[in-house]
Amino acid sequence: MLSDMTFGQYYPSKSFVHDNDPRTKILLLIVYIVMVFVAKNFLALFLALVFLAVTVLASGVPVTSVLKSIKAIIFLIVFTAILNVCFYKPKEGDTHYFWVIYKEGLIAAAFLSLRLVALVMGSSVLTLTTTPVSLTDGIESLLKPLTYIKFPVHDLALIMSIALRSIPTLANETERIINAQKARGADFDSGNLIKKAKALIPVLIPLLISAFRRGDELGDAMDARCYTGSKTRTKYKKLTFTWRDLVSFLVTAVFLTGIILLNVYSVEVTAFFMSLWS
Amino acid sequence: MQAVEFTNVSFGYGDGETSSSREVLKDFNLTIEKGEFIALLGRNGSGKSTCAKLINGLLTPSEGEVKVFGMSTKDKSNLFEIRKRAGMVFQNPDNQQIASIVEDDIAFGPENIGLPREQIKERIEYALKVTDTEKFRDAQVSRLSGGQKQRVAIAGAIAINPDILILDESTSMLDPKGRKEVMEVVRTLNKEKGMTVIDITHYMDEAVEADRVCVMGDGVIMATGTPKQIFANGEVLAKCGLELPVSAKIAQKLRENGLPIPDGILSKEELSKILCELLRKI
Repeated sequence: MLSDMTFGQYYPSKSFVHDNDPRTKILLLIVYIVMVFVAKNFLALFLALVFLAVTVLASGVPVTSVLKSIKAIIFLIVFTAILNVCFYKPKEGDTHYFWVIYKEGLIAAAFLSLRLVALVMGSSVLTLTTTPVSLTDGIESLLKPLTYIKFPVHDLALIMSIALRSIPTLANETERIINAQKARGADFDSGNLIKKAKALIPVLIPLLISAFRRGDELGDAMDARCYTGSKTRTKYKKLTFTWRDLVSFLVTAVFLTGIILLNVYSVEVTAFFMSLWS
Repeated sequence: MQAVEFTNVSFGYGDGETSSSREVLKDFNLTIEKGEFIALLGRNGSGKSTCAKLINGLLTPSEGEVKVFGMSTKDKSNLFEIRKRAGMVFQNPDNQQIASIVEDDIAFGPENIGLPREQIKERIEYALKVTDTEKFRDAQVSRLSGGQKQRVAIAGAIAINPDILILDESTSMLDPKGRKEVMEVVRTLNKEKGMTVIDITHYMDEAVEADRVCVMGDGVIMATGTPKQIFANGEVLAKCGLELPVSAKIAQKLRENGLPIPDGILSKEELSKILCELLRKI
């Protein structure tokens, strides 16, 4: 249903990851992105994926929901992979298969695709385990230092939270308008793309007007509840770091160190695993 | 000191020169005492909603003066204090919530007046309790019913700890059940907490509960008095485009048909009591 959109793809559950502070999760996502980009070889990237797997396990989110996030960018992945293969600049001693296809080009493309997949899955873990509301709180708190350079952090956060709050209302309104226009004989389902887009105009205009009207009333309601801006305002919700956040930071630090070590000592580690093999 | 005082207030929308401008209130006078439950009745366009917005300074009179606890709304520096003392609940349940979660929304007012966290928490607990919304604390506002949303809106208003609660047609978009829920909360606030209630409505049955009823028509007060006085006179109401409460109407019809029914029947309960007595006599 349309009105379920406020929660985005949030997967409601109680878990170690869900209970982490939203700031921790945002910061650690950034660290994870760094991990993925720092990883120079498959072994290091594999370790980043192990880190992701550990997080997913700790979050209790079904693996399928995480994998689903790839679907949205599958085209992008395929596209970049093809470009990477075709425009690979061969070096001395590369194995040439045919036309412009080199073995090293294929490997580079595979590596890049894996990197993209890792990125998207990581970000989806954040949105799967954090409600948009606490995500907004987290972003506000993290941006707080910017108030010193007069950046309107508080206003931005308020705008974000009102926007989130308005989604279900506007979604309902859209449904209502569509039904009203259908009752008058509007046809939204037939014709080509341009015709379909044009059919939406009688929906968008009333929606826009009603959004302005709602905004006006909401402004009055905010005035009536003593809203005067940010200067003397206090905040009820307080984000607090707990032992969970500390654990998350430590685990992430261990993995990051591991990846850096694997980058440097990849040859030695490979040799070590090879010796175990034989 | 009077809670609210309108002195010779005139108000018009528009600039007064174009033909579309319209005088909504004309030389309007009204005094509301502290602790009073007053109902402003009137049909659409009678200027009753304008009254509400004049009280907390969302609108300022073009002539005359509105004073809340002695503070004039014309002085912009008074507005913050006035709004702290006069909370308002609007008509549309969907257009007055700021946050997605009930608790966060109730916190909005106390946050604005800069209370420390512990006090905000107390205010929220109090507001949730009085409006009987404790079980929705963590719910999404958008998932609630109309009546529940309006109760949350009342909670948001009283979390500022006002002396006056203004209901600007707050029940007009609700179903009968929601209306009942909201009026129960309002009654508790008035009777038990001594809050001044200004209920702007076009539901007669709601007005019956008030201490005083003001009937408005064309920007002036047509009649004022206790519900019994007002509803004894169906003609004034009819002139203002209003009707008697259903029970009063039935009582009147029965009286016209020769049944010995006394004047001043306003509620279902009173009417059924009288009818039962009559039946017993037969």
